[in-house]
Amino acid sequence: MNVSSVKGSMSISSSTSTWKAGDTISDQFPAGLRVLVVDDDPTCLMILEKMLIACLYKVTKCNRAETALSKLRENKNGYDIVLSDVHMPDMDGFKLLEHIGLEMDLPVIMMSADDGKQVVMKGVTHGACDYLIKPVRIEALKNIWQHVVRKRKNEWKEFEQSGSVEEGDRQPKQSDDADYSSSANEGNWKGSKRRKDEEEETDERDDTSTLKKPRVVWSVELHQQFVAAVNQLGIDKAVPKKILELMNVPGLTRENVASHLQKYRLYLRRLSGVSQHQSNLSTIISAQDPTFGSLSSLSGLDLQTLAATGQLPAQSLARLQAAGLGRATAKSAIPITLVDQRNIFSFENPKLRFGEGQQQHMTNKQQVNLLHGIPTTMEPKQLVSLRHAAQSVGNMNMQVPPHGPQSSQNNPLLMQMGQQQQQQQSRGQILVDSTINHAPRLSSMGQPILSNGMATNVSSRSGIPENIRAPGYSQTPSMLNFPMNHASELPGNCFPLGSTPGVSNLTSKGAFQEDVNSEIKGSGGFMPSYDVFNDLNQYKPQSWELQNVGIAFDSSQHSNSLQGNLDLTQSALGQQGFSSGQMNGHNRSAAVASKAMFSTGNVKELRSAQNVNQHLNNLLVDNTIRVKSERVCDASPANIFPDHFGQDDLMSALLKQQESVASSENEFDFDGYSMNNIPV
Amino acid sequence: MERNPMRRQLASLRKSLFDQGYLDEQFMELEQLQDDANPNFVEEVVTLYYRDSARLILNLDHALERRPLDFSKLDGLMHQFKGSSSSIGAKKVKAESTLFREYCKYGNAEGCMRTFQQLKKEYATLRKKLETYFQLARQIGPMESANRPK
Repeated sequence: MNVSSVKGSMSISSSTSTWKAGDTISDQFPAGLRVLVVDDDPTCLMILEKMLIACLYKVTKCNRAETALSKLRENKNGYDIVLSDVHMPDMDGFKLLEHIGLEMDLPVIMMSADDGKQVVMKGVTHGACDYLIKPVRIEALKNIWQHVVRKRKNEWKEFEQSGSVEEGDRQPKQSDDADYSSSANEGNWKGSKRRKDEEEETDERDDTSTLKKPRVVWSVELHQQFVAAVNQLGIDKAVPKKILELMNVPGLTRENVASHLQKYRLYLRRLSGVSQHQSNLSTIISAQDPTFGSLSSLSGLDLQTLAATGQLPAQSLARLQAAGLGRATAKSAIPITLVDQRNIFSFENPKLRFGEGQQQHMTNKQQVNLLHGIPTTMEPKQLVSLRHAAQSVGNMNMQVPPHGPQSSQNNPLLMQMGQQQQQQQSRGQILVDSTINHAPRLSSMGQPILSNGMATNVSSRSGIPENIRAPGYSQTPSMLNFPMNHASELPGNCFPLGSTPGVSNLTSKGAFQEDVNSEIKGSGGFMPSYDVFNDLNQYKPQSWELQNVGIAFDSSQHSNSLQGNLDLTQSALGQQGFSSGQMNGHNRSAAVASKAMFSTGNVKELRSAQNVNQHLNNLLVDNTIRVKSERVCDASPANIFPDHFGQDDLMSALLKQQESVASSENEFDFDGYSMNNIPV
Repeated sequence: MERNPMRRQLASLRKSLFDQGYLDEQFMELEQLQDDANPNFVEEVVTLYYRDSARLILNLDHALERRPLDFSKLDGLMHQFKGSSSSIGAKKVKAESTLFREYCKYGNAEGCMRTFQQLKKEYATLRKKLETYFQLARQIGPMESANRPK
């Protein structure tokens, strides 16, 4: 598609995949622009709605940020632009801004009666497309469509820059054989295996990918293919065109790949902080697993196989994959691990079921590969985003395994990762997606987004527990150790796991990391990569703070602002190991403990810390617990949001989540990442 | 015919609201949004405003009774109230809100309380005036639509 066609058919639905999708009211554009307006003030909301209708836009109104987010998540392609108030009771408008940027990558316009320079600047730095001063006049609304167009154009430009050839230009894969062998990341076996996997998955993808779809949904399989391709090429040499060729997915355009790659790079960058640690872990892990080869490549295929063996439910498969991504350390599993980032949430379960041996393989390989394969471009930005933190937390979990029994470790980590992610999205997969999507936003969003990401990560983590519940228990002991070990081992990178090379690719996440870094000085190692995916969920308001905390968790040693919290977290985590589990018999207790710990810190940090703690706790603790806690988090974001997170609030939140756990158990299809594709 | 004096009265009432500074241009924005599909849009918005802002006024009252005063909380509440009031074009009410926030910024309890009393007065006055205005408008309304040249 050329730009001109894009202009001609201003696809309302922001589609990264193709402009041709163009489907909606291109002639009448900007009429029909789908606007989501969020404002807690009913008077303003009513007026805005009327104004937007007068502009011939299609308006959806929400009076709560959470409602808005859930609407956006339910229908990712259903909106073109979001208008949000800055001051809202349930969630800070900037946090919402972050979330949206990370998860949906939609243009967001902030509104406020406050025209102070600082607030406006905050809007700008958080990535708002525009900032309107209330009272808003209709003239101001008449032009908001420009932001949609601009964003699309910028995305288009990314594609253009990343390569010159579109999907039709793929070269035969044979040329990539050389890459396989020379790829530092993967062994030959892996390369060939990956190719098979890719091919197989390509076939699958044919059915799932829709050319006409406005926005490409990076499903688990697709992402696995992507990761595999990237690993084969080497993160430095991975260009969209080649990746596209390697992936050989019909209907996928170079632009899709380019944008996904950008996000992935940010993600990896985020994780790179952890990579150091992970590399240590990975070496340990890899050494242990001779048979890793087969398992390490947590390729979709492998996971699927595992799933097929009954060990891994489809969800688990996704999770494992996600976890694999989180691991990043395992080279062989890099492709998978990368993909798994998204699935991390699902990762938890699969991991557990995998069985220790398998998991070890996976973890080892993945860890090793991840570290090697992926240059840690991640600056040890502290916690640009909660996501990073969340991921890092997940990563941490992953890394921990080296310390403990491989298999068990992996599982917990994976699970944790997964859980985190799951929690956030309560789907897990979504996390990846969101991460990728948000990559660009992450940078702009900065901290606020991060927090959200974290929150989601955390929540996602807990979400996973549900699935992992059974297996998790066995893991728990090892898991608990992880945090402890992790903390000790990680000099300051909270989430060594996060550094998985694959993860670091999610540079977008890295952007967040920057913000986070400022927050969490030491934290390094936030697994930015797929935390983003996770951050879809819940802990938005404080999520990023928590992430920092979470990240700080590992890097408690760092002198983060959250350090105090971190210390608490760490200790909390340590304590929680299982004691925390007493909370509602789940991670909640851990979360509560962490909560308590946080309370000692700043309120602000506490919140984030709490979230992080909860997340961390969730991760560390038995997966099941995590699941629960995730649920709690998810269910009661409102609880999190209040200014003071009292333990009571947390507890109640957790309890609520527990109740809602069941309901969210099967929600894996988040944001288009359909687990359905995972053959079981 | 008998509508003419009423329409004139309505017009003059409206003008005075603007001239005396009770309403600003934002109110006109609302009027422009009113159309045949929503013939009473402005009245609906104003009604919604008074209903919702009553809650804020109550919260502000309570907050002002605490000792010591939590200025940041007061400022937050007033920020919301100001946003609401400005969206319907309540000019004087908005001005008092701004003043109140200034006092909050400087921790001037006396100023806050005094301003708040004034604000409530303006708030009540405007409400009465608008009620009168809308009542008149409703009477003329149907005739207006019928007689108005399309």
